Amino acid sequence: MAIMVFLLFVGLVLFLSFYLGRRTKSASGYYAAGGSIHWSVNGIAFAGDYLSAASFLGICGMIATVGYDGFLYSIGYLAGWIVALFIVAEPMKRLGKYTFTDALDSKFDSRGIKLAAAVSTLIVSVCYLIPQMVGAGVLVEPLLGMPHAVGVIIVGAIVITIVATAGMTSTTYVQFLKGGMLIIFSLILVVAVCVRGLSTAPAQMAPGKEGKTPFHEPQALAAVDQGGAMVPADSAWQIVERQESKAPKASLAKLAHAGQTSWWKLDTKDGVPMFLETQWVAVGASGEKIINGAPASPQNQLRYVGNIESLQGRTGPETATGSISPFRFLALVGDKDTLIRRWASATFADAAGDKVTVYFPNFTPGNLVLRPGLKYKLEDSTPLQKLDFISLMLALFCGTAALPHILIRYYTVPSPACARKSTIVAIAAIGFFYILTLFMGLGAMVNGVVNLTDNNMSAPLLAKSFGTLLFAIISAIAFATVLGTVSGLIVAASGAVAHDLMDRFAGVTMNEKQKVRAGKTAAFVIGILAIFLGILFKEMNVNFLVGLAFAVAASANLPAIIMLLFWKRTTALGITASIVVGILTALTLILLSPSMYKQYGWDPLTAPVPFDNPGFVSIPLSFITLVLVSLMTNQRTAKTK
Amino acid sequence: MLHEPAAQSGKDHAASYKMRLGVWMFLVYALLYGGFVVQNVLSPVAMEKPVALGMNVAVMYGFGLIVFALILALIYTVMCSRKEQELDAQASKEGNH
Repeated sequence: MAIMVFLLFVGLVLFLSFYLGRRTKSASGYYAAGGSIHWSVNGIAFAGDYLSAASFLGICGMIATVGYDGFLYSIGYLAGWIVALFIVAEPMKRLGKYTFTDALDSKFDSRGIKLAAAVSTLIVSVCYLIPQMVGAGVLVEPLLGMPHAVGVIIVGAIVITIVATAGMTSTTYVQFLKGGMLIIFSLILVVAVCVRGLSTAPAQMAPGKEGKTPFHEPQALAAVDQGGAMVPADSAWQIVERQESKAPKASLAKLAHAGQTSWWKLDTKDGVPMFLETQWVAVGASGEKIINGAPASPQNQLRYVGNIESLQGRTGPETATGSISPFRFLALVGDKDTLIRRWASATFADAAGDKVTVYFPNFTPGNLVLRPGLKYKLEDSTPLQKLDFISLMLALFCGTAALPHILIRYYTVPSPACARKSTIVAIAAIGFFYILTLFMGLGAMVNGVVNLTDNNMSAPLLAKSFGTLLFAIISAIAFATVLGTVSGLIVAASGAVAHDLMDRFAGVTMNEKQKVRAGKTAAFVIGILAIFLGILFKEMNVNFLVGLAFAVAASANLPAIIMLLFWKRTTALGITASIVVGILTALTLILLSPSMYKQYGWDPLTAPVPFDNPGFVSIPLSFITLVLVSLMTNQRTAKTK
Repeated sequence: MLHEPAAQSGKDHAASYKMRLGVWMFLVYALLYGGFVVQNVLSPVAMEKPVALGMNVAVMYGFGLIVFALILALIYTVMCSRKEQELDAQASKEGNH
């Protein structure tokens, strides 16, 4: 049934695209929907554009694993709309025609701006495309039982078809439909979470199996001190090997029992030393994969995790709350006496030379889950860690108003007033959705639905714990979310190539039909590139990747937009230089950051840049470059005169 | 190729008023958002203090920022629309004279 509902929804989206696409004949229709979309439709379409795979899959996944730190993204993404509404919306609408480059270049008619802004649009769009494609692969894997790469290729193919046949009109209506449904079904999911309430033994979903399975109560073995080393109190269990993980810190031990071996974590539970059950994956030299002691198969996968260990200090079946209000839900989860079993992992080569990844429990009090600090270390942190956090919040605040696929949506409405009104509809819809993300993420965290190897699926798996139908609908919406966002991004990127680069920069003479064809060809090429990158970045949290795309957008585009609007001495060369410096700095810092080093398979501690978020360096640097170059070129112009 | 907005609109008499208002409202929000960031950096422990309905400062401040954005946006659009109507009426009156 899940597959039927899913295919039905995707089919509807495609039908809508083809139907509306038949009416798109002009360049204005392709890139800006003829400027004829009603502001209320455009507002929800804004929400559809903005509530991408990152918002739905990534934020919920992040909240499910690191609590409030994931919700910081929701706050930052929404705050970014304030910059868009109060500073950018109307002037951009007045200045532009089809693209962000048009608006920037409206006062200067500079080839430098055209080139830099078009390249910036392309780079930001591609950076933003990567997480969307990763999200697509993530969705298709459990739903259709296909590998990640197949999911990415399917999305790429569908989106190329959508964009190549339609353009902005169909993209807008698809986004409207999807944005509206995403909010409605997320609300239904949150209501379901509150009606179910909280308990210490939630019924679980098992990978590869239909329906719920009883909660797997993880085992704990008493430990005793033997000559300064902790060993199991029960002599039937023998220590075979020990491993110390530095980041995250954990003492791990391989225990032998009844002819079988398994990995355990040495910890204290209620002040008593214990060996706690873990889950682990071992990959041998021949590539054979062992999961929890048995060969990996569709039936033998890592169990989904995440549960409340004790609720306000109480354990056992009687702690089940039954239906509770949303406020009570947050109060109980965030209580200092509530203990949540979160999971971390450590990878090492064991004594036999196998590559072993052990997933082990970490008991976290609720008060720490519902305040910042689990991902971004703020308490007892170094100045650099604090700066990394500030940098993230700065990029989220500044990034929205600089995203090309958001900026082009201002050109689809008839007037600046409509641009303003549609932004307000967007803020209301997006703000409401972001509040829901906290409940969905925490709901996943305590309902045993977190996939240990990929937290991006937390929200759809939470839906699955309420039944296959809700799972299918939510997955289909999430898939459509990816389709819609990728369509918007590809329209923006193809606009940059065909309109900004070919038409306006290179001066290639084209009639309306040729312009549309050039845009569609560009869309095809960018779509293929997106597929390739989507496969490459598998398993990274999509929200984190979007955060980086925001940093690139904020560094490359925002200083140029703001200074163009508010500083009369801004010159064409100043804008060009600031875009180039913004992109290069942000990209270089990201590529040399610890997170990317981890992605390359290198030790993150050896990364030359000691922080992940480049905003606090690249955004001010881009502003300073614009001011300095503008002042210098102004002086030169004055001297020439 | 012509280079004008995809959809044409008349002269915007209230443009400078809206820009000034937008900047002020942006500054108000930026101050509140900056306060949130600074509070997190300087005193993350204070964010876990319960405030109302059992919810802590972190949740209330976060929700507050989202709701406040919408309130500011609504005030902004009401004020802009009012000014646009006023100045458009004034302009058309002057045009008739």
